[in-house]
Amino acid sequence: MTVGVAVRGLPERAPSVRRGRFYLWLRRRSTIAVMMCFPLLAIITCLVAYPFAYSIYLSMLNKAETAFVGFGNFLFLFKRETFWLVVQQSILFALVAVIFKALIGLIAAHAVNTIPSKGQRKWRGMMMVPWVIPPALSTLGWWWLFEPTYSAFNWLLAEFAVPAVPWLSDVFWARFSVILVNVWVGAPFFLIMYLASLKSIPEDLYEAASIDGASAWQKLFHVTLPMMRNIIAITVLFSIIVTFANFDIVRVLTQGGPRNSTHLFATYAFRVGIESGDIPLGAAVSLFMFPALAILSFVILRNVRQRTVNI
Amino acid sequence: MTNVTRNNGALSALLGSKSNIHVNRRWALFASYACLIVFVIFFLCPPFYMLVTSLKTNAEIANLATNPWLIEQGVTTEHYSHLLTETAFLTYFKNTVIVAFFVVAITMVVSVLAAYALSRLGFWGSGVMATGVFLVYLVPDSLLFIPLFNIVGGLGLLNSYWVLVLVYPTLTVPFCTWIMIGYFASIPKELDEAALIDGANHMQMLLKVFIPVALPGLIAATIFAFTVSWASFLYPLAYIYSDNQMVLTVGTVTTLIKGDVFHWGGLMAGALLAAAPPVILYAFLMDYYIAGLTSGATKG
Repeated sequence: MTVGVAVRGLPERAPSVRRGRFYLWLRRRSTIAVMMCFPLLAIITCLVAYPFAYSIYLSMLNKAETAFVGFGNFLFLFKRETFWLVVQQSILFALVAVIFKALIGLIAAHAVNTIPSKGQRKWRGMMMVPWVIPPALSTLGWWWLFEPTYSAFNWLLAEFAVPAVPWLSDVFWARFSVILVNVWVGAPFFLIMYLASLKSIPEDLYEAASIDGASAWQKLFHVTLPMMRNIIAITVLFSIIVTFANFDIVRVLTQGGPRNSTHLFATYAFRVGIESGDIPLGAAVSLFMFPALAILSFVILRNVRQRTVNI
Repeated sequence: MTNVTRNNGALSALLGSKSNIHVNRRWALFASYACLIVFVIFFLCPPFYMLVTSLKTNAEIANLATNPWLIEQGVTTEHYSHLLTETAFLTYFKNTVIVAFFVVAITMVVSVLAAYALSRLGFWGSGVMATGVFLVYLVPDSLLFIPLFNIVGGLGLLNSYWVLVLVYPTLTVPFCTWIMIGYFASIPKELDEAALIDGANHMQMLLKVFIPVALPGLIAATIFAFTVSWASFLYPLAYIYSDNQMVLTVGTVTTLIKGDVFHWGGLMAGALLAAAPPVILYAFLMDYYIAGLTSGATKG
């Protein structure tokens, strides 16, 4: 009787034991952690890692995506004069724009930090506006400012008897204009980063410098800048990536013209890949950004890690 | 007597150096305000000019003799009313709101869960993964838009705004996860120990301890996700070409430009209205906005 019960009881108990183990496994820390990270992993794998690998494969196909051509697309680009213009302009654009953004950001952050703290919020708030407006839309405003017939800048210049500037039709001025707009959009980011970093420098360092008789310049070069070194490095590197990969401004302002002189990798890839329909060639163009981005990311990562270790 | 005069001399020297400091201070203030005024004029002149143009009559915009920076022949709102009644602007607005809503919701769920796991439940590979998240944040949209074009084409999502709900999280999730890791890591361990002793499970701990304590970070991340999904330009320009599926940035730039030559008033009105939601949000939540921006590099 008892045996019968036990035998009958066993098959009933077995699944519950197995379920218990399953629940135990479910409740383990690492299982929960992996489950919580799963959506993030899925997004990164399916929408970043896979497209990247696919992009390499894609760049080795012919225009109709039917035959494998190896490095044909890359070799083709090397022979195109436009491509070298793009390389040159992308580097010029990123370096010049970032230098001016960093300078303006540094000067503006210092100026905000010098005035009485009561008014700082107001000034900071006004200077952040370019960063908040979607760049594609603010560039429309710039486009209208540069418009050949109605240019409001040329009207101002005419008031001072300066001849009209061909903002978007001359190679030099078109390059100047896209860099100007990029500086306008990006400088507030530097301002905010530098201001946050300035405020975190302990006041006693300046007091000690004053007692030692340091001048304002000496304080800047021997206290402020060394203390801000890490944040300046991270911000500049980060901004080089963003500027190098910029698309919106050039696309709206010049569409790459005049004579392809303002194309960046992103706008040229768009022109070749989406507008002309040569997807593999477009993929090859945007892949050329990767080595530069990878090196910059590596350096940023080292800086960020260093900071974490220091804390 | 000599003592007093010596003291006086020392005092006047002291006073002299003090007034010197005052002069320096006043000079620094003067230079700072001068710089700030120049920068503010530079930063605010395009939005100001856009506003002026959007409120002018077409006749005045076309008149080359008048000062373009001022409204001299009367303010008009015809560009705004035209925009709202006779163009697809409101459709773009609705599409953008839908996309932004879903992207923000997806981003916050995914990144809060992942940030909790990565900052508290140390597991095999969690350190590498946190670094990986930061690296993915550095991947720009212009690197992957061409392979994604083929991929979303294969999924049949081309020319529908739902494609944006799918691809925008690649831009928002890594940064939001990264700053949430920073905020969660700054919560003292004693707090979760107390919750653990009270018998809370991980979900309860996340919802009742971590999210309330890290609320400023959560708001900063939400603002970031919203701003990115509102302002993105490359993905919608590449993947969407029908009027009824477009979002504000692309709709304003591509469709409002067509038409007669003197449509600048309408174009500027469209750009300003499209930019209004992030600007208004920023005006009210500036501190969270700035905290989110700066914490990306200073935390973690």
